[in-house]
Parts: sequence; C-alpha cells; structure tokens
Amino acid sequence: MTTATRQRHESPPADDVIRVLGDDLTLDPVYDPGLSPQEVLELYRHMVTTRLLDERLVGLQRQGRIGFHVGSLGEEAAILGSAYAMRKGDWLFPCYREFGAALMRGLELSVFVHNMFGNAKDTVRGRQMPDHYTCRRVGWVSISSPVGTQITQGVGFAWGAKIRKQDLATLVYFGDGATSSSDFHSGMNFAGVFKIPTVFFCRNNGWAISVPTQRQTASRTLAEKGAAYGVPGVRVDGNDLFAVVSVVKRALERGVRGEGPTLIEAITYRMGGHSTSDDPNRYRASEALEPWTSRDPIGRVRAYLEKHNQWDGTAEERLIAEVDQRFREAVTSAERTPPPALETMFEDVYARPPWHLAEQRAERLAGPRAPGAHG
Amino acid sequence: MPQMNMVQAINDALATAMRSDERVVVMGEDVGKVGGVFRVTAGLFDEFGDERVIDTPLSENGIVGTAVGMALYGLVPVVEIQFSDFIWPAYDQIVNELAKFRYRSGGEYPAKIVIRTPVGGGIRGGHYHSQHPEAAFIHVAGLKVVCPSNPHDAKGLLLASIADPDPVLFFEPKRVYRAAKGEVPQGAYTVPLESAAIVRPGRHVTVLAYGAMLYEALDAAAKASAKGVEAEVIDLRTLWPVDIGTILESVKRTGRLVVVHEAPKTCGFGAELMSLVTERAFYHLEAPPVRVTGFDTPFPYTLEMEYMPLSHRILPTLLDTARA
Repeated sequence: MTTATRQRHESPPADDVIRVLGDDLTLDPVYDPGLSPQEVLELYRHMVTTRLLDERLVGLQRQGRIGFHVGSLGEEAAILGSAYAMRKGDWLFPCYREFGAALMRGLELSVFVHNMFGNAKDTVRGRQMPDHYTCRRVGWVSISSPVGTQITQGVGFAWGAKIRKQDLATLVYFGDGATSSSDFHSGMNFAGVFKIPTVFFCRNNGWAISVPTQRQTASRTLAEKGAAYGVPGVRVDGNDLFAVVSVVKRALERGVRGEGPTLIEAITYRMGGHSTSDDPNRYRASEALEPWTSRDPIGRVRAYLEKHNQWDGTAEERLIAEVDQRFREAVTSAERTPPPALETMFEDVYARPPWHLAEQRAERLAGPRAPGAHG
Repeated sequence: MPQMNMVQAINDALATAMRSDERVVVMGEDVGKVGGVFRVTAGLFDEFGDERVIDTPLSENGIVGTAVGMALYGLVPVVEIQFSDFIWPAYDQIVNELAKFRYRSGGEYPAKIVIRTPVGGGIRGGHYHSQHPEAAFIHVAGLKVVCPSNPHDAKGLLLASIADPDPVLFFEPKRVYRAAKGEVPQGAYTVPLESAAIVRPGRHVTVLAYGAMLYEALDAAAKASAKGVEAEVIDLRTLWPVDIGTILESVKRTGRLVVVHEAPKTCGFGAELMSLVTERAFYHLEAPPVRVTGFDTPFPYTLEMEYMPLSHRILPTLLDTARA
C-alpha cells in the first residue's frame, strides 16, 4: 500500500479545509454562517446534551442495563451543525451515530430511550439494536446497520420529490468507511447525473472500527472523490460548528437552486471506540487523541460563548443537571416498561400477515416462553 | 378481446398503471427510448416522458437503492432489472433494506417497489442470461414473489403487484415472452396474488409448475393422458406466499405430487413445496413426492436443453409417480 501522496488525518486542518472559528475565537467573515447569539447558544446546548447522553448511555451499557450504544464523542459539531443547516421540511438519512441530531429535530428523549431498551414503547418494537430508531414526524428515516445503504436511498428520496416538483432536499450521513461502499459510488453517480438535491455529508472521523482512513482509499482526500462524479467536493473542519453550518447551508442552497448534489468531507475525530463493543486501545495509541483534545468541538464553542459573556460554569451546571434529570426520568420509565408482546414479532413483516405467518404466530403463542429475561 | 403476447400484456399493465396513478414510475437500464432489451417498456417513454420512464446508469445496486428512496418518499417505482442474473449487486438493498423497512421501523416506513426481471433458460443465453433465482427471494421475510405463465395472468398479476402494499419480485419467464399468446382484457383488472390456478384437472397425480415450465408440465400431462394417467397441473402464479389451500386440496385428492422448476434442485422452491405438503398431507400420500428440476450446476450454454426439466424428463417421473 502506498499513501505517500495522501494527507495524514489532519490536526490542525490543511489549507484547503474551510474554517470559520479561529484560534483567536473570531469568526472568519468569508464563511461565517451568520448565526444569531441565540442560535449559537441553542446549538451549544444540543452539543453538550449529546455528549452527556453519550456518557450516560455508555454507563448504562457498562452496567448491563442496555445492550449497546454507538456514540458520537468528538463529532458533535459535525453532527449538530449539519442537521441544523437543513430546513424543517428536508429529510435526513442517518448512519447510526447521529442521535443528537434526531433529538435536536424533535425526537422526544423518552422515545429515544425506549428504543435504547427495546421495550414495548420502543417505536420500532424492540426489533433492532439500540440506536436504530425512526422518526418520520421529524423527517428522520429508519436506521439500518449495513454501511452506506442509506446513501442511494437518500438520493432516491430527493429524486422522488424532484419528480413531484416538491421543494425538498435530503442530507445523507455516512463515515469515511462508507466511501468504499458500492452505495457511495452509486449514490454519488446517480445524484450527479440527475442533479439531485442531496447533501452528502461524510463524517471523516479517521476510523472505520479499527481501520484508518488511509486504508479506505489512496485518494488524497475524500472530497476529491466528488470530481469523478461531477459533484463538487468541499472539505470542512468538522470540529468547527460555524464552518459546518456554513458549508451545509451552501450545499443545501445549491441543491435547491437545481444545481445538484454536494459532497462534504467533515474532518473530525472519533474520540471513543466504534461502539460499546469496541476497544480502541487494541489498535490506536492514546497519544493519537492529544491533538484532537485541544480541538474539541464543544470546548471551542464554549470558549467563544464565554468570550462573549453568554455562558459560564453556572449555566453549564444548570444544563447538565436539567439533562440528567430528564434522562433519569426517561430511563426510569423505560426500565419499568415491559418487553414487546410476543405476537409483535410477527407483525409488520407484511402489511397484513399471510397464512404462513399467521400459522407460525399461532404455533409460537401456543408454546412455552423462552427461558431467561427479555429486553 | 385483443390477442397479446406476454411482452405486450406486461407493457399494457405498465401503461395502465401509469395512466391511473401519477406516483408510478418505471426505471432501469435501457427502459427509456429503446423500450427495454425485450421491448417490454416500448412506448412508455414517449407517453410519460423521461421523468417517469427513467433510463438509469448501469448499476443494479443504484437502481434499487434509489428506488427504495423514491418509495420512502411516496412514489411507486416499478424497476426493471434487465436479466435476473444481474440482480445480485442489488441483493443487499433488497434483502436488508426493501424487505425489512416496514418491520424495522415498526410500520412507520413501508417501502414498496415492484422489481420486474426476466428469468429462465432456453434462449441460448448461457448462465448469465438464464438463471431462475426465485428461491433466494422467497427465503427473505417481507418479500412477495410472482411468476406468471401467460399474458392474461401477467397483466393482472402485475397490476395486483403494483397495487399491493408490499414489495414484489415479479419474475417474467423470458422463454415464453412472445411464444405465450392469449386474450387480454383491456383496461385495469387484477389477478389476485396468492392464488394458484388449476390449468388441467386430473385425478391421478398433482403437478406443480410455474413460468415457462408450466408448458412443459402441460405437454407431459397430455402425453401421460394418452397412456391413461390423468395429471392435474397447477400453475402456482404467485410463488410466495403460495396458495397452499389449492395445493393441499389437490394433493389430498390425487395422493401424489410432482414439482417442476428450472432452478437447481438443492434448496430450490420445490424443497419447500414438498415440505409444506408432507407436513400437512403425509397420510394422504400414496407415493413419494418427486422433483423434476434443473441441476446443481451453473446453467450451461450448449447443453441448456439437457439441463432444463423439459417434458421428456417430466413424463417418466409423472408416470412412475402415478403408478407407484
């Protein structure tokens, strides 16, 4: 393998990476998205909430109270900034690491937590692992585990809207690993040919489980892959909230104008493991985190807010206490909720159960329950 | 009533659906100006335009993936996969996405598309233009699988498939695309899914077949009749969910079962049909159920007629089973 021409995962970002929030905590006017102080505060609160929930959910998993969690530690600006830039009527096609964005768009915390427990109040009825929730009401599409499959679907959704002359765009989330998938290729290709208003938002967090980005491609950057599809590629500092909002807004506007899709490579870093099932110490030295710790996306916005006297330690403590309170209530409710009823296993396979499922359902309901706990 | 072949009947079904429902779009490789390599979509491009009759890039995975997205949006895409042999790049989207969307979203996101694709051998197509892959889709929870044998059923079943709320794999037996002719009603009508048809009544042995092999089964049944064996031939039409009632009623009457299909024998649909029957009608059986199928080899080019379960292979099995 040769990676001589490829840039290492950057910190600080290279020159072609768009940044807005400078080290001196001023905003570069070229790409300043013009967020109001209230908007910055709102986004900051969502980022802190997301990180806090991540920590709490990992804790629940370590205690054996939930089975799994796939977190977003270090990627909060990329996730929340991108979702914030999209309009209410636009649709998001998540990967599986973006629960903070779903909550920001209006997914109720209690609904999310029921999903983490896979119980009877889980809207997906305990049929998927935790973090695989759905929320049509806020334009959030059902999540699957296979990497990249949502990319072509996000293109198709916006394509459908285009055929029906509806002003609607989609944003598709995926990681650096997914740029190796056939769905990335097909999605970019179709969107380019048909000028589909899709924002391809790649969270380049440096890792696909244990495999570094250099093993996904010999391309110098991921953004430059867009050129092969006639799709503009943009690199942005994924730990810079302002820059992320800005580039996604521009990509959205471009799509809405009928000019087609944009590929955004948000350069960030996965500060935790791939999921609670992963131990990054097996393949990554802890020193690798150091340059990114100083570029923490939340710390940067907090410093900016503090500089403008919009935030302080008291406000932070109050926010944390408030989120903790809501989370504890949601967990208490979820833990008191029983597992889904046995017969739900046979529902929603088809619109109406055909004879064979009706037969299997009757057979299962007549038999003994499996030993051990559920949920 | 107009006479049509299967190509014309399927084309008529597509035009009928597209005229009555703006959400229906047709997409695939070469389905536009040229009207498909088998001309099944001929004329649709001129009538409905390039936004609803879409020539796509050459990527089955992209076609099905974007069609799933369109379905989530609310369109009803009818996808053409040029040959079923080329469907495998889309298998992930079909198995893990299309088939599971309703279930995995607790009913919030039903994803409904129809995938039309020509199947089967006997056209000098070698193994990349001849396979009959129904078993790989019947095995997937959430899919419906249809395989018509004649123009009337093809139109009615396709209109039923488009109207059905679940994803449908619609397998078109290309060997009889133009050879099978018959009267086809004008306008909209449906042949209900999950209903088999007894196309030749008989009392000595039940033969289950579908698609192009139905005609081989009928030919064998006619020859068996000359030898005093009356075979009841059932056209399954919908493979899954299969019309178990019609099958069991027949087998309980005849006590004997022969299943015919082109696909390889091992884990083919015949295996499931025989299991279903033996679980439910074992004490009615008077002879071992038998399969006449393709072989567990890739589909051969030069020797394709030796591979396929044609009439001359069905007949002796049918006579042996009837007389056992």
